[in-house]
Amino acid sequence: MIPPMLRGIEFNVDMIFVTAKAWILSLLAQFLPAWLLVLASIVISGVVILCLGPVIMMYLTLLERKLLGRIQNRYGPNRVGKWGLLQPIADGIKMFTKEDIVPANADKIVHLLAPIVIVVPALMVFLVVPFGERMTAVNLNIGLLFFIAVSSITILPIFMGSWASRNKYSLLGGMRTAAQMISYEIPMTLAVVPAIMMSQSLSTNTIVLSQVGDYDLHWYIFTPWGIVGFIVFFLCATAECNRPPFDLPEAESELVAGFHTEYSGMKFALFYMAEYMNAFTLCAIAATLFLGGWQGPFLPSWLWFFGKTFLLICVMIWFRGTFPRFRVDHLMGFAWKFLLPLTLLNILLTALWQFTSNLAAWFWSILILGISLWTLVKLNRTFVPEKRHYPMGN
Amino acid sequence: MIVLPLSHILIFSLLLFAIGLYGALVRRNIIGILISIELMLNAANVNLIAFSKYTSLAPETGQIFAFFVIALAAAAAAVGLAIVLALYRIRKTVYTDEVNLLKW
Amino acid sequence: MPILEMAAKFGVYAVMGVILIFALGVVTLRNLFHCALCLAAALIGIASIYVVLQAEYLAGVQILLYVGAVVTLVIFAIMLTEHLAGKTVRQNNSQSPLAIMALLGFMALIGTVIVKTPWPVTPAALASKVSVMGLGKALMGAYVFPFEVISILLIAVLVGTVIIAKKDTPERS
Repeated sequence: MIPPMLRGIEFNVDMIFVTAKAWILSLLAQFLPAWLLVLASIVISGVVILCLGPVIMMYLTLLERKLLGRIQNRYGPNRVGKWGLLQPIADGIKMFTKEDIVPANADKIVHLLAPIVIVVPALMVFLVVPFGERMTAVNLNIGLLFFIAVSSITILPIFMGSWASRNKYSLLGGMRTAAQMISYEIPMTLAVVPAIMMSQSLSTNTIVLSQVGDYDLHWYIFTPWGIVGFIVFFLCATAECNRPPFDLPEAESELVAGFHTEYSGMKFALFYMAEYMNAFTLCAIAATLFLGGWQGPFLPSWLWFFGKTFLLICVMIWFRGTFPRFRVDHLMGFAWKFLLPLTLLNILLTALWQFTSNLAAWFWSILILGISLWTLVKLNRTFVPEKRHYPMGN
Repeated sequence: MIVLPLSHILIFSLLLFAIGLYGALVRRNIIGILISIELMLNAANVNLIAFSKYTSLAPETGQIFAFFVIALAAAAAAVGLAIVLALYRIRKTVYTDEVNLLKW
Repeated sequence: MPILEMAAKFGVYAVMGVILIFALGVVTLRNLFHCALCLAAALIGIASIYVVLQAEYLAGVQILLYVGAVVTLVIFAIMLTEHLAGKTVRQNNSQSPLAIMALLGFMALIGTVIVKTPWPVTPAALASKVSVMGLGKALMGAYVFPFEVISILLIAVLVGTVIIAKKDTPERS
């Protein structure tokens, strides 16, 4: 794909972060013992991720507000710095200087711990995201399982925050959020199983490498099970981040603010940060699993990776500006009665595809998918609740 | 691979099991008893994995056994909590010494 | 790098101590919600012990199933059966001193057995690594029968849980 003349130049720009880290380590090797060098390498990766996470989150909030404004036919924030680029810094200063209000009856320790504990899994999943060629922070051989397991810890601090606030709105919002998150976790886990089956490894780097092919046509999204898997994974990812249209838990017009009603200032900023970092990592994993990760012609790998991830984030923001909110029974019914059977069928389709990989496979796959989608839509008829009669006293 | 002596890990799981057993014997709240049972099952799992790592010729056996224990523990917790909910709906209490209608 | 190995051993002992402290919190705290949170912390700690024992897949499954599902279930049950403004009730029944004495005896007995038995620790077992593929093949090969049985059991548990916990809908006249 790459002309042989340009190979050398592109390789260097591609590896710029890896060579930068190796250069720093070689500088430090001159006056540090060997064991401290190991720790220094860990610390460098850790510091990079700890800086990358919040910075990405800050500019993601700005991107969301500008895009949402454009969808709604208005400018987003554009006063603070050119094009509003310093707006996140202004937001940060506001969050830092707000008064931290804790309800008198609240459970003080748990109320304090909830926003802290929710940021930890959001940051930990940055470890297995393959940012570029050989740029995964920790190349675990169970990378994807680590991702799914750690992002399932996020439910606990939501319970902690809602229970410790001693507030009925918080409790209702918390329980709805938790129910939504555990319901959508199952189709999400099952939707990545086909990608694992086809690449025969749980490591994110291996999954990207098994999508290498001629002219990038081997990305998993260009297969019938890949399309279904990607759409299901993306919808479940939107639900896991509590983003619209699945944002009933933090519906501003219904539940005051859901489980973070009683939080203000820095603690609310931490909840906010966790939500946006979750959105980023889920889009990153969707790009890794189905869209070929960091592959692409001519540009450095990390640029392709960030491009694909930001494309998916823009689609999430587009969802926010376009769709109304789901009702809570529609929300749960969608996960359990539509997405879950669809993902189980998807696994079956992948297995069939692996054994008959030619044009006939496309025909059979589309036939099976068509019949099953039609059946599921018919079986998921929403009903109108029966009209209640309020008898008047005579 | 960090080489701890096997007996240290076994003593740790023994302590965990004893703490779980104390909780199961002493707590009044049914949900408290259930979570103590989860601690006991976890101690047994740690034992299984420790033995499969240090002494076993088929190392998958220990891990698969531990999977099944996790699955069964989850199933037991689910059914137990369903019973607790049903009990709460009728008796409005979850304390074991207040559910004593059949006591003579 | 012996200093890193010493630091790692110290770390493992520290994690074990922290797990035991959280387990004590599980059985002695008054507020049931705090007990469930201590349980979640202890289970995450046990997952890290599995990583030390080179059973990483099991560590991932432990966090996913235990912390992500079982503890969530327990917290749901706590929320549905507790009052928000929790008055402090005694949470030990009267068997506490007897249980402590019996358990101390039990621990002494089994501890002696553990320390005195010559466990057959083989270097072959210490050097073996289990891959996820090996686990999958074992599950579908040698252990396929318990696998199928447990899937039937899980269906039974699902149906049973829903039926037991369902509200009795009142008859409409």
